[in-house]
Amino acid sequence: MRIRGLSLVSLLLLWIVAAYIGADPQVLPMPWALAGPFWSELSSGELPFHLATTALRVLWAFALAMTLGTVLGLLMGVFPKIDQWLDPWLVIFLNLPALVLIVLCYLWIGLNETAAIIAVTLNKIPNVTTIIREGARALNPDLKAMAQVFRVRRSIYLKHIILPQLAPFIAAAARSGVAVIWKIVLVVEFLGRSNGIGFQIHLYFQLFDVAYVLVYSLSFIAFMLAVEWSLLQPWERRVRRWRQA
Amino acid sequence: MTRINVSAKSFGETVILRDIHFEISAGETVALLGPSGIGKSTLLQLIAGTDTDFEGQIERPDAIAMVFQEPTLLPWRSVLDNILLVHKTVDGDSAHAALERVGLNSKAYMFPGQLSLGQQRRLSLARAFAGSPDLLIMDEPFVSLDEATAEGMLILTEELIGEVKPATIFVTHSEPEAKRLATRVLRLQGKPATLI
Repeated sequence: MRIRGLSLVSLLLLWIVAAYIGADPQVLPMPWALAGPFWSELSSGELPFHLATTALRVLWAFALAMTLGTVLGLLMGVFPKIDQWLDPWLVIFLNLPALVLIVLCYLWIGLNETAAIIAVTLNKIPNVTTIIREGARALNPDLKAMAQVFRVRRSIYLKHIILPQLAPFIAAAARSGVAVIWKIVLVVEFLGRSNGIGFQIHLYFQLFDVAYVLVYSLSFIAFMLAVEWSLLQPWERRVRRWRQA
Repeated sequence: MTRINVSAKSFGETVILRDIHFEISAGETVALLGPSGIGKSTLLQLIAGTDTDFEGQIERPDAIAMVFQEPTLLPWRSVLDNILLVHKTVDGDSAHAALERVGLNSKAYMFPGQLSLGQQRRLSLARAFAGSPDLLIMDEPFVSLDEATAEGMLILTEELIGEVKPATIFVTHSEPEAKRLATRVLRLQGKPATLI
Protein backbone atom coordinates (compact mmCIF):
# COMPACT_ATOMS: atom_id res chain seq x y z
CA MET A 1 0.00 0.00 0.00
CA ARG A 2 2.82 2.43 0.94
CA ILE A 3 4.80 1.53 -2.16
CA ARG A 4 1.71 1.99 -4.30
CA GLY A 5 1.22 5.49 -2.86
CA LEU A 6 4.87 6.44 -3.35
CA SER A 7 4.77 5.16 -6.88
CA LEU A 8 1.78 7.38 -7.71
CA VAL A 9 3.42 10.40 -6.08
CA SER A 10 6.60 9.87 -8.12
CA LEU A 11 4.49 9.85 -11.30
CA LEU A 12 2.98 13.17 -10.24
CA LEU A 13 6.45 14.57 -9.57
CA LEU A 14 7.58 13.49 -13.02
CA TRP A 15 4.62 15.38 -14.49
CA ILE A 16 5.47 18.54 -12.54
CA VAL A 17 9.11 18.39 -13.64
CA ALA A 18 8.10 17.84 -17.27
CA ALA A 19 5.61 20.71 -17.12
CA TYR A 20 8.26 22.93 -15.55
CA ILE A 21 10.88 22.11 -18.20
CA GLY A 22 8.36 22.44 -21.03
CA ALA A 23 7.11 25.72 -19.58
CA ASP A 24 4.15 25.80 -21.95
CA PRO A 25 0.73 25.28 -20.32
CA GLN A 26 -0.74 24.90 -23.83
CA VAL A 27 1.23 21.66 -24.22
CA LEU A 28 1.41 20.37 -20.64
CA PRO A 29 -0.22 22.33 -17.81
CA MET A 30 0.77 21.91 -14.16
CA PRO A 31 -1.38 19.33 -12.32
CA TRP A 32 -3.05 22.01 -10.19
CA ALA A 33 -3.97 24.02 -13.29
CA LEU A 34 -6.48 21.26 -14.04
CA ALA A 35 -8.53 22.04 -10.93
CA GLY A 36 -10.33 24.95 -12.62
CA PRO A 37 -11.40 23.07 -15.77
CA PHE A 38 -12.28 20.03 -13.66
CA TRP A 39 -14.53 22.05 -11.39
CA SER A 40 -16.27 23.83 -14.28
CA GLU A 41 -16.97 20.54 -16.08
CA LEU A 42 -18.15 18.92 -12.86
CA SER A 43 -20.47 21.72 -11.81
CA SER A 44 -21.94 22.13 -15.29
CA GLY A 45 -22.84 18.41 -15.20
CA GLU A 46 -20.90 17.73 -18.41
CA LEU A 47 -18.29 15.49 -16.80
CA PRO A 48 -20.74 13.29 -14.83
CA PHE A 49 -22.95 12.89 -17.91
CA HIS A 50 -20.15 11.79 -20.26
CA LEU A 51 -18.55 9.68 -17.56
CA ALA A 52 -21.82 7.83 -16.96
CA THR A 53 -22.40 7.33 -20.69
CA THR A 54 -18.96 5.80 -21.16
CA ALA A 55 -19.24 3.72 -17.99
CA LEU A 56 -22.54 2.27 -19.23
CA ARG A 57 -20.98 1.31 -22.57
CA VAL A 58 -18.03 -0.28 -20.77
CA LEU A 59 -20.41 -2.22 -18.54
CA TRP A 60 -22.48 -3.53 -21.47
CA ALA A 61 -19.48 -4.51 -23.54
CA PHE A 62 -17.80 -6.08 -20.52
CA ALA A 63 -20.83 -8.15 -19.56
CA LEU A 64 -21.42 -9.33 -23.13
CA ALA A 65 -17.78 -10.10 -23.86
CA MET A 66 -17.27 -11.97 -20.57
CA THR A 67 -20.44 -14.05 -20.96
CA LEU A 68 -20.01 -14.97 -24.62
CA GLY A 69 -16.24 -15.37 -24.29
CA THR A 70 -16.58 -17.68 -21.27
CA VAL A 71 -19.21 -19.86 -22.95
CA LEU A 72 -17.14 -20.11 -26.14
CA GLY A 73 -13.91 -20.77 -24.24
CA LEU A 74 -15.56 -23.48 -22.16
CA LEU A 75 -17.01 -25.19 -25.24
CA MET A 76 -13.71 -25.00 -27.10
CA GLY A 77 -11.71 -26.23 -24.12
CA VAL A 78 -14.01 -29.16 -23.37
CA PHE A 79 -14.90 -30.30 -26.92
CA PRO A 80 -11.84 -30.70 -29.18
CA LYS A 81 -14.09 -30.92 -32.29
CA ILE A 82 -15.55 -27.48 -31.67
CA ASP A 83 -12.03 -26.22 -30.95
CA GLN A 84 -10.78 -27.48 -34.32
CA TRP A 85 -13.59 -25.67 -36.11
CA LEU A 86 -13.45 -22.38 -34.24
CA ASP A 87 -9.71 -22.04 -33.64
CA PRO A 88 -8.92 -20.45 -37.05
CA TRP A 89 -11.73 -17.92 -36.47
CA LEU A 90 -10.27 -17.13 -33.09
CA VAL A 91 -6.82 -16.50 -34.57
CA ILE A 92 -8.28 -14.20 -37.23
CA PHE A 93 -10.31 -12.18 -34.73
CA LEU A 94 -7.40 -12.02 -32.29
CA ASN A 95 -5.26 -10.43 -34.97
CA LEU A 96 -7.88 -8.13 -36.45
CA PRO A 97 -7.01 -4.54 -35.46
CA ALA A 98 -9.63 -2.97 -33.20
CA LEU A 99 -9.93 -0.07 -35.60
CA VAL A 100 -10.97 -2.34 -38.50
CA LEU A 101 -13.75 -3.95 -36.46
CA ILE A 102 -14.99 -0.57 -35.26
CA VAL A 103 -15.08 0.96 -38.75
CA LEU A 104 -16.77 -2.10 -40.24
CA CYS A 105 -19.41 -2.19 -37.48
CA TYR A 106 -20.22 1.49 -38.06
CA LEU A 107 -20.36 0.95 -41.83
CA TRP A 108 -22.53 -2.17 -41.68
CA ILE A 109 -24.76 -1.49 -38.70
CA GLY A 110 -24.82 2.32 -38.73
CA LEU A 111 -23.57 5.08 -36.48
CA ASN A 112 -25.54 3.96 -33.45
CA GLU A 113 -25.24 2.55 -29.94
CA THR A 114 -25.69 -1.07 -31.06
CA ALA A 115 -22.79 -0.83 -33.48
CA ALA A 116 -20.62 0.79 -30.83
CA ILE A 117 -21.22 -1.91 -28.23
CA ILE A 118 -20.96 -4.77 -30.74
CA ALA A 119 -17.66 -3.39 -31.98
CA VAL A 120 -16.18 -3.31 -28.47
CA THR A 121 -17.61 -6.72 -27.57
CA LEU A 122 -16.22 -8.36 -30.72
CA ASN A 123 -12.84 -6.86 -29.96
CA LYS A 124 -12.74 -8.39 -26.51
CA ILE A 125 -14.39 -11.83 -26.98
CA PRO A 126 -11.35 -13.54 -28.58
CA ASN A 127 -9.19 -12.56 -25.61
CA VAL A 128 -11.63 -13.88 -23.06
CA THR A 129 -12.14 -17.07 -25.08
CA THR A 130 -8.41 -17.77 -25.31
CA ILE A 131 -7.89 -17.40 -21.57
CA ILE A 132 -10.98 -19.42 -20.55
CA ARG A 133 -10.12 -22.17 -23.04
CA GLU A 134 -6.84 -22.74 -21.25
CA GLY A 135 -8.77 -23.10 -18.00
CA ALA A 136 -11.28 -25.50 -19.53
CA ARG A 137 -8.48 -27.68 -20.88
CA ALA A 138 -7.04 -27.97 -17.38
CA LEU A 139 -10.32 -29.09 -15.73
CA ASN A 140 -9.75 -31.95 -13.28
CA PRO A 141 -10.90 -35.28 -14.84
CA ASP A 142 -11.15 -36.96 -11.40
CA LEU A 143 -13.75 -34.45 -10.25
CA LYS A 144 -15.64 -35.03 -13.47
CA ALA A 145 -15.69 -38.77 -12.81
CA MET A 146 -16.79 -38.14 -9.23
CA ALA A 147 -19.67 -35.95 -10.38
CA GLN A 148 -20.65 -38.57 -12.92
CA VAL A 149 -20.70 -41.46 -10.43
CA PHE A 150 -22.70 -39.53 -7.85
CA ARG A 151 -24.98 -38.15 -10.58
CA VAL A 152 -24.43 -34.57 -9.49
CA ARG A 153 -27.01 -32.27 -11.06
CA ARG A 154 -25.82 -30.29 -14.09
CA SER A 155 -26.48 -26.89 -12.51
CA ILE A 156 -24.51 -27.85 -9.38
CA TYR A 157 -21.72 -29.34 -11.48
CA LEU A 158 -21.40 -26.08 -13.41
CA LYS A 159 -21.63 -23.79 -10.40
CA HIS A 160 -19.67 -25.67 -7.76
CA ILE A 161 -17.25 -27.84 -9.74
CA ILE A 162 -16.55 -26.14 -13.10
CA LEU A 163 -16.73 -22.44 -12.18
CA PRO A 164 -14.42 -22.61 -9.13
CA GLN A 165 -11.80 -24.30 -11.31
CA LEU A 166 -12.20 -21.54 -13.91
CA ALA A 167 -12.26 -18.71 -11.36
CA PRO A 168 -8.56 -17.74 -11.68
CA PHE A 169 -8.93 -17.69 -15.46
CA ILE A 170 -12.16 -15.67 -15.29
CA ALA A 171 -10.44 -13.21 -12.95
CA ALA A 172 -7.50 -12.87 -15.33
CA ALA A 173 -9.86 -12.33 -18.27
CA ALA A 174 -11.90 -9.78 -16.33
CA ARG A 175 -8.77 -7.94 -15.21
CA SER A 176 -7.30 -7.56 -18.68
CA GLY A 177 -10.86 -7.21 -20.00
CA VAL A 178 -11.84 -4.04 -18.18
CA ALA A 179 -8.58 -2.34 -19.04
CA VAL A 180 -8.79 -3.13 -22.75
CA ILE A 181 -12.52 -2.50 -23.08
CA TRP A 182 -12.54 1.03 -21.78
CA LYS A 183 -9.72 2.00 -24.11
CA ILE A 184 -11.60 0.60 -27.09
CA VAL A 185 -14.81 2.30 -25.94
CA LEU A 186 -13.00 5.64 -26.10
CA VAL A 187 -11.89 4.95 -29.68
CA VAL A 188 -15.44 3.92 -30.60
CA GLU A 189 -16.74 7.18 -29.11
CA PHE A 190 -14.00 9.19 -30.75
CA LEU A 191 -14.97 7.84 -34.17
CA GLY A 192 -18.72 7.79 -34.15
CA ARG A 193 -20.61 8.85 -31.05
CA SER A 194 -21.84 12.26 -29.91
CA ASN A 195 -21.31 11.72 -26.21
CA GLY A 196 -18.99 9.95 -23.77
CA ILE A 197 -15.42 10.58 -22.64
CA GLY A 198 -14.02 9.64 -26.08
CA PHE A 199 -16.26 12.21 -27.76
CA GLN A 200 -15.22 14.93 -25.31
CA ILE A 201 -11.56 14.09 -25.89
CA HIS A 202 -12.17 14.34 -29.64
CA LEU A 203 -13.81 17.74 -29.13
CA TYR A 204 -10.98 19.18 -27.03
CA PHE A 205 -8.41 17.61 -29.34
CA GLN A 206 -9.86 19.67 -32.17
CA LEU A 207 -9.66 22.76 -29.95
CA PHE A 208 -6.06 21.81 -28.96
CA ASP A 209 -7.02 22.10 -25.30
CA VAL A 210 -4.68 19.75 -23.44
CA ALA A 211 -6.06 20.66 -20.01
CA TYR A 212 -9.58 19.45 -20.86
CA VAL A 213 -8.28 16.33 -22.59
CA LEU A 214 -6.36 15.52 -19.39
CA VAL A 215 -9.34 16.31 -17.14
CA TYR A 216 -11.55 13.85 -19.00
CA SER A 217 -8.95 11.08 -19.30
CA LEU A 218 -7.82 11.32 -15.68
CA SER A 219 -11.39 11.34 -14.40
CA PHE A 220 -12.09 8.10 -16.22
CA ILE A 221 -8.84 6.50 -15.08
CA ALA A 222 -9.77 7.40 -11.50
CA PHE A 223 -13.19 5.85 -12.05
CA MET A 224 -11.74 2.60 -13.40
CA LEU A 225 -9.23 2.39 -10.52
CA ALA A 226 -12.13 2.74 -8.10
CA VAL A 227 -13.92 -0.16 -9.86
CA GLU A 228 -10.78 -2.27 -9.73
CA TRP A 229 -10.15 -1.65 -6.03
CA SER A 230 -13.72 -1.69 -4.78
CA LEU A 231 -15.21 -4.50 -6.92
CA LEU A 232 -12.71 -6.67 -8.79
CA GLN A 233 -10.05 -7.12 -6.12
CA PRO A 234 -12.47 -7.86 -3.24
CA TRP A 235 -14.26 -10.41 -5.45
CA GLU A 236 -10.97 -12.07 -6.30
CA ARG A 237 -10.00 -12.24 -2.64
CA ARG A 238 -13.33 -13.89 -1.83
CA VAL A 239 -13.04 -16.66 -4.43
CA ARG A 240 -9.41 -17.25 -3.46
CA ARG A 241 -10.29 -17.62 0.23
CA TRP A 242 -10.08 -21.45 0.25
CA ARG A 243 -6.47 -21.37 -0.94
CA GLN A 244 -5.28 -19.35 2.05
CA ALA A 245 -7.33 -21.26 4.63
CA MET B 1 -28.50 -56.47 -8.35
CA THR B 2 -25.31 -55.56 -10.20
CA ARG B 3 -24.48 -57.71 -13.22
CA ILE B 4 -21.17 -57.29 -14.99
CA ASN B 5 -20.71 -58.73 -18.45
CA VAL B 6 -17.62 -57.39 -20.14
CA SER B 7 -16.65 -59.33 -23.25
CA ALA B 8 -13.81 -56.99 -24.18
CA LYS B 9 -12.27 -53.68 -23.23
CA SER B 10 -9.42 -52.31 -25.31
CA PHE B 11 -7.25 -49.23 -25.41
CA GLY B 12 -6.51 -48.77 -29.12
CA GLU B 13 -5.37 -52.11 -30.48
CA THR B 14 -4.52 -53.62 -27.11
CA VAL B 15 -7.21 -55.70 -25.41
CA ILE B 16 -6.97 -55.14 -21.66
CA LEU B 17 -9.92 -57.08 -20.28
CA ARG B 18 -11.69 -60.11 -21.76
CA ASP B 19 -14.71 -62.21 -20.74
CA ILE B 20 -15.35 -60.91 -17.28
CA HIS B 21 -18.72 -62.03 -16.00
CA PHE B 22 -19.93 -61.83 -12.41
CA GLU B 23 -22.68 -60.52 -10.19
CA ILE B 24 -22.75 -58.69 -6.90
CA SER B 25 -25.89 -59.00 -4.83
CA ALA B 26 -26.98 -56.56 -2.13
CA GLY B 27 -25.02 -56.86 1.09
CA GLU B 28 -22.20 -58.74 -0.57
CA THR B 29 -18.64 -57.39 -0.51
CA VAL B 30 -16.38 -58.38 -3.37
CA ALA B 31 -12.62 -57.80 -3.33
CA LEU B 32 -10.83 -57.49 -6.64
CA LEU B 33 -7.19 -58.55 -6.50
CA GLY B 34 -4.47 -58.67 -9.11
CA PRO B 35 -1.00 -57.38 -9.98
CA SER B 36 -0.69 -53.66 -10.67
CA GLY B 37 -1.34 -52.50 -14.21
CA ILE B 38 -3.59 -55.47 -14.94
CA GLY B 39 -6.73 -53.36 -15.38
CA LYS B 40 -8.44 -53.41 -11.99
CA SER B 41 -9.08 -49.67 -11.97
CA THR B 42 -10.25 -49.85 -15.57
CA LEU B 43 -12.80 -52.49 -14.61
CA LEU B 44 -14.01 -50.29 -11.75
CA GLN B 45 -14.47 -47.39 -14.18
CA LEU B 46 -16.60 -49.61 -16.38
CA ILE B 47 -18.70 -50.68 -13.39
CA ALA B 48 -19.03 -47.07 -12.20
CA GLY B 49 -20.13 -45.99 -15.67
CA THR B 50 -17.44 -43.33 -16.09
CA ASP B 51 -16.04 -45.30 -19.04
CA THR B 52 -18.66 -46.59 -21.46
CA ASP B 53 -16.33 -47.57 -24.28
CA PHE B 54 -16.33 -51.38 -24.08
CA GLU B 55 -18.04 -54.48 -25.49
CA GLY B 56 -20.62 -56.00 -23.24
CA GLN B 57 -23.25 -54.88 -20.80
CA ILE B 58 -23.32 -53.79 -17.20
CA GLU B 59 -26.48 -53.65 -15.14
CA ARG B 60 -26.26 -51.46 -12.07
CA PRO B 61 -28.57 -49.77 -9.55
CA ASP B 62 -29.26 -46.01 -9.64
CA ALA B 63 -27.70 -45.08 -6.32
CA ILE B 64 -23.96 -45.57 -6.77
CA ALA B 65 -21.17 -44.20 -4.63
CA MET B 66 -17.46 -44.37 -5.13
CA VAL B 67 -14.40 -43.94 -2.92
CA PHE B 68 -11.51 -42.97 -5.16
CA GLN B 69 -7.80 -43.59 -4.73
CA GLU B 70 -7.38 -39.87 -4.12
CA PRO B 71 -9.97 -38.20 -1.86
CA THR B 72 -11.32 -36.26 -4.90
CA LEU B 73 -12.99 -33.52 -2.87
CA LEU B 74 -14.02 -29.99 -3.81
CA PRO B 75 -11.23 -27.96 -2.16
CA TRP B 76 -13.17 -24.69 -2.66
CA ARG B 77 -16.23 -25.82 -0.71
CA SER B 78 -16.58 -26.54 3.01
CA VAL B 79 -16.41 -30.08 4.41
CA LEU B 80 -20.18 -30.01 4.91
CA ASP B 81 -20.87 -28.71 1.39
CA ASN B 82 -18.72 -31.51 0.01
CA ILE B 83 -21.44 -33.89 1.17
CA LEU B 84 -24.48 -31.67 0.55
CA LEU B 85 -23.64 -30.60 -3.00
CA VAL B 86 -22.99 -34.12 -4.23
CA HIS B 87 -26.25 -35.65 -2.94
CA LYS B 88 -29.66 -34.34 -3.97
CA THR B 89 -31.46 -36.23 -1.21
CA VAL B 90 -29.21 -35.48 1.77
CA ASP B 91 -30.30 -32.58 4.02
CA GLY B 92 -28.21 -30.63 6.54
CA ASP B 93 -29.02 -32.89 9.50
CA SER B 94 -28.11 -36.13 7.77
CA ALA B 95 -24.95 -34.54 6.35
CA HIS B 96 -23.91 -33.56 9.89
CA ALA B 97 -24.77 -37.09 11.04
CA ALA B 98 -22.64 -38.57 8.26
CA LEU B 99 -19.72 -36.35 9.34
CA GLU B 100 -20.28 -37.25 13.00
CA ARG B 101 -20.11 -40.93 12.03
CA VAL B 102 -16.54 -40.50 10.71
CA GLY B 103 -15.55 -38.08 13.49
CA LEU B 104 -15.39 -34.94 11.36
CA ASN B 105 -18.45 -32.97 12.46
CA SER B 106 -16.33 -30.47 14.41
CA LYS B 107 -14.62 -29.62 11.11
CA ALA B 108 -17.84 -29.21 9.10
CA TYR B 109 -17.13 -25.57 8.19
CA MET B 110 -13.45 -25.94 7.34
CA PHE B 111 -12.08 -26.38 3.85
CA PRO B 112 -10.78 -29.86 2.87
CA GLY B 113 -7.29 -28.39 2.50
CA GLN B 114 -7.23 -27.81 6.25
CA LEU B 115 -7.68 -31.55 6.93
CA SER B 116 -4.96 -34.21 7.08
CA LEU B 117 -4.89 -36.85 4.35
CA GLY B 118 -6.44 -39.38 6.72
CA GLN B 119 -9.27 -36.97 7.50
CA GLN B 120 -9.80 -36.23 3.79
CA ARG B 121 -10.09 -39.97 3.18
CA ARG B 122 -12.69 -40.22 5.96
CA LEU B 123 -14.60 -37.35 4.42
CA SER B 124 -14.56 -39.17 1.10
CA LEU B 125 -15.90 -42.23 2.93
CA ALA B 126 -18.63 -40.17 4.63
CA ARG B 127 -19.61 -38.72 1.26
CA ALA B 128 -19.93 -42.19 -0.23
CA PHE B 129 -22.14 -43.55 2.54
CA ALA B 130 -24.23 -40.39 3.06
CA GLY B 131 -26.43 -41.20 0.09
CA SER B 132 -27.12 -44.80 1.28
CA PRO B 133 -25.83 -46.29 -1.98
CA ASP B 134 -27.04 -49.61 -3.38
CA LEU B 135 -23.68 -50.10 -5.06
CA LEU B 136 -20.41 -48.98 -3.49
CA ILE B 137 -17.18 -48.96 -5.51
CA MET B 138 -13.83 -48.42 -3.79
CA ASP B 139 -10.52 -48.06 -5.59
CA GLU B 140 -7.70 -48.85 -3.14
CA PRO B 141 -9.32 -46.84 -0.36
CA PHE B 142 -6.58 -47.55 2.20
CA VAL B 143 -3.51 -46.98 0.07
CA SER B 144 -0.77 -44.50 1.12
CA LEU B 145 -2.01 -44.17 4.70
CA ASP B 146 0.16 -45.02 7.71
CA GLU B 147 -0.69 -48.30 9.42
CA ALA B 148 -2.72 -46.89 12.31
CA THR B 149 -4.76 -44.58 10.07
CA ALA B 150 -5.35 -47.36 7.57
CA GLU B 151 -6.52 -49.65 10.37
CA GLY B 152 -8.92 -46.95 11.60
CA MET B 153 -10.29 -46.49 8.10
CA LEU B 154 -10.68 -50.23 7.68
CA ILE B 155 -12.70 -50.57 10.89
CA LEU B 156 -14.86 -47.59 9.92
CA THR B 157 -15.49 -49.00 6.47
CA GLU B 158 -16.39 -52.40 7.92
CA GLU B 159 -18.92 -50.80 10.24
CA LEU B 160 -20.44 -48.55 7.58
CA ILE B 161 -20.82 -51.42 5.13
CA GLY B 162 -22.55 -53.34 7.94
CA GLU B 163 -24.96 -50.46 8.54
CA VAL B 164 -25.81 -49.46 4.96
CA LYS B 165 -25.43 -52.95 3.40
CA PRO B 166 -24.67 -51.93 -0.19
CA ALA B 167 -23.36 -54.27 -2.83
CA THR B 168 -19.65 -53.48 -2.57
CA ILE B 169 -16.72 -54.02 -4.89
CA PHE B 170 -13.26 -52.81 -3.98
CA VAL B 171 -9.79 -53.04 -5.42
CA THR B 172 -6.85 -53.79 -3.18
CA HIS B 173 -3.29 -55.09 -3.26
CA SER B 174 -3.43 -56.55 0.21
CA GLU B 175 -4.60 -60.13 0.81
CA PRO B 176 -5.34 -59.54 4.53
CA GLU B 177 -7.45 -56.49 3.67
CA ALA B 178 -9.38 -58.51 1.12
CA LYS B 179 -9.92 -61.44 3.51
CA ARG B 180 -11.08 -59.17 6.27
CA LEU B 181 -13.56 -57.01 4.39
CA ALA B 182 -14.75 -59.24 1.57
CA THR B 183 -17.31 -62.01 1.44
CA ARG B 184 -15.86 -63.08 -1.90
CA VAL B 185 -12.47 -62.54 -3.56
CA LEU B 186 -12.06 -62.21 -7.34
CA ARG B 187 -8.68 -62.34 -9.03
CA LEU B 188 -7.71 -60.76 -12.34
CA GLN B 189 -4.87 -62.41 -14.23
CA GLY B 190 -3.45 -62.94 -17.70
CA LYS B 191 -3.12 -60.87 -20.81
CA PRO B 192 -5.77 -59.76 -21.62
CA ALA B 193 -6.87 -59.98 -18.02
CA THR B 194 -9.74 -62.19 -17.02
CA LEU B 195 -11.15 -63.69 -13.82
CA ILE B 196 -9.54 -66.87 -12.53
